[in-house]
Amino acid sequence: MEFGRRRIMSRRETVRVGCGAGTSDDRLEPALELAEKGEIDYLVFECLAERTIARENLARSRDPELGYAPSLHERMPLVLPACVERNIRIVSNMGAANPAAGARAVRKHAADLGLRDIACAVVVGDDIGEIVKRMPELPLMETGEPLETLLPRMVSANAYLGADTVKAALDTGADVVLTGRVADPSLFLGTVMHHFDWDYQDWPRLAAGTVAGHLLECSGSVTGGCFAWPGKKEVEGLARLGFPLADVGADGLVCIGKPEGSGGRVDVMTCTEQLIYEMHDPANYITPDCVLDITDVTLHQAGADRVRVEGMRAKPRTDTYKVTVGYFDGWIGEGEVSYAGPDAVARARLGGEVVRERLKMRGFSYDDFRIDLIGMSSLHGALEARPVPYEVRLRVAGRAQDRKAAHAVGFEVRTLHVNGPGSAGGGMDPKVRQVLAVKSVLLPRRYVNPQILMEGEV
Amino acid sequence: MKVYDLAHCRAGDKGNTSNISVIAYDERHYPLLREQLTPERVMRAFAHIAKGPVTRYELPKLRAFNFVIENALGGGVTISLNQDVHGKSLSTVMLEIELPDGSG
Repeated sequence: MEFGRRRIMSRRETVRVGCGAGTSDDRLEPALELAEKGEIDYLVFECLAERTIARENLARSRDPELGYAPSLHERMPLVLPACVERNIRIVSNMGAANPAAGARAVRKHAADLGLRDIACAVVVGDDIGEIVKRMPELPLMETGEPLETLLPRMVSANAYLGADTVKAALDTGADVVLTGRVADPSLFLGTVMHHFDWDYQDWPRLAAGTVAGHLLECSGSVTGGCFAWPGKKEVEGLARLGFPLADVGADGLVCIGKPEGSGGRVDVMTCTEQLIYEMHDPANYITPDCVLDITDVTLHQAGADRVRVEGMRAKPRTDTYKVTVGYFDGWIGEGEVSYAGPDAVARARLGGEVVRERLKMRGFSYDDFRIDLIGMSSLHGALEARPVPYEVRLRVAGRAQDRKAAHAVGFEVRTLHVNGPGSAGGGMDPKVRQVLAVKSVLLPRRYVNPQILMEGEV
Repeated sequence: MKVYDLAHCRAGDKGNTSNISVIAYDERHYPLLREQLTPERVMRAFAHIAKGPVTRYELPKLRAFNFVIENALGGGVTISLNQDVHGKSLSTVMLEIELPDGSG
């Protein structure tokens, strides 16, 4: 137990948590930089978009050893040597729809790398598909309609579990914790709750850990990513953008920073953007652990690339879990082709109308359909109000329950090369994808029973 | 004068709702933004994109506002036909809003 001294030291004073990923498609190298240079105690990877679990559920139904995030095979081998050497414990929701299989894959990577045997704790119980099937009357949060309307097309239902599951998993002594759906800030709060053995009655500290988690959960978004703006908000070394870390004190003090020498910036401006990000009512930000109030939060520059966070409060958690229900909702098809020079916009518009008419002639109908001119109206609409550019790209997209109808959209756009307005260039093969949509319900806590399983021995 | 001159913004998403922060570069401009960047003005600027309603939350200690714009994301991230399904670029619609009285 050569790591004992450092761990006991930090346990008394502060704990340092790094964020190694904030989305499923995030960059890889900054996590290694955190592990090697960040002097962190825990490395957290948040890698589950809303519909990822639905997709991975399908993968698991094809192969019982699949269903975890495929990026596990890139992220884990990259950081495992440094983390094992420094006794940095890893927490991630990369387990997706099959965390136990993910844990076995992590252990195999460790063995293949010649590292010591590592123990993984697995959080299960977020998958509550079988439970909600028996509760068709649950109202959907988005529309108020009963869940029953989605059940025939449902592919997954997962409760957003809280930090208590991560704490319990770390309490086992495991090197790595893999979860399915756990709320993003809870992944981080769980490490801190474990480290200081906090409980759910300690509101000021829950607020501290939740704020820290919220500031970290989008990785580089608090260090200058999703922020940089030439001439307005300059960011040094954006290409080498470092990922954030948080120091959380036993007393609930929170400071945000990043590894020394990494690119990016951490200051009051970057932290303010991330603090408010995706918050609805700032006085009532609901997580599975508490209801966070940031209306009295103040941010203070506490050194180079270091910001102290004060004034957060928390109220007791609600008596329900939010559940994301994944379901099939038809197909989306799209196609694109470009026009340039004289009358480019007029030719693109004619092309779009021809596609619409041909799809109608072929008898297809769409739940939703749109024609965009990329360069003018594809992001913010209002075509008539936009200045005319030199070149423009026509994009047509349609959503239909019938795959053939969706495929036909891109097919008809591609045919514009030879059957449409003159001088069209740069088309593409028809794009079509099945729609995995999500909606939400609230489920009373008593129906959810999270558990910890072990892969390997501590 | 535009919001662009006084503040920076970031957009996020939840389902079919966009939330856009407006953060004053200088706290002296916060009262002007509070007076002029009303939910009604924001709703007008987004009328061709979102059905609304628009709710404004004030965060004076952060010299910031959080605007919550409902029915703004083409039915929701997972089913939207928009190129920008998350509406990340909608923050620049906010930056483009003209403020009628720049004198404060």
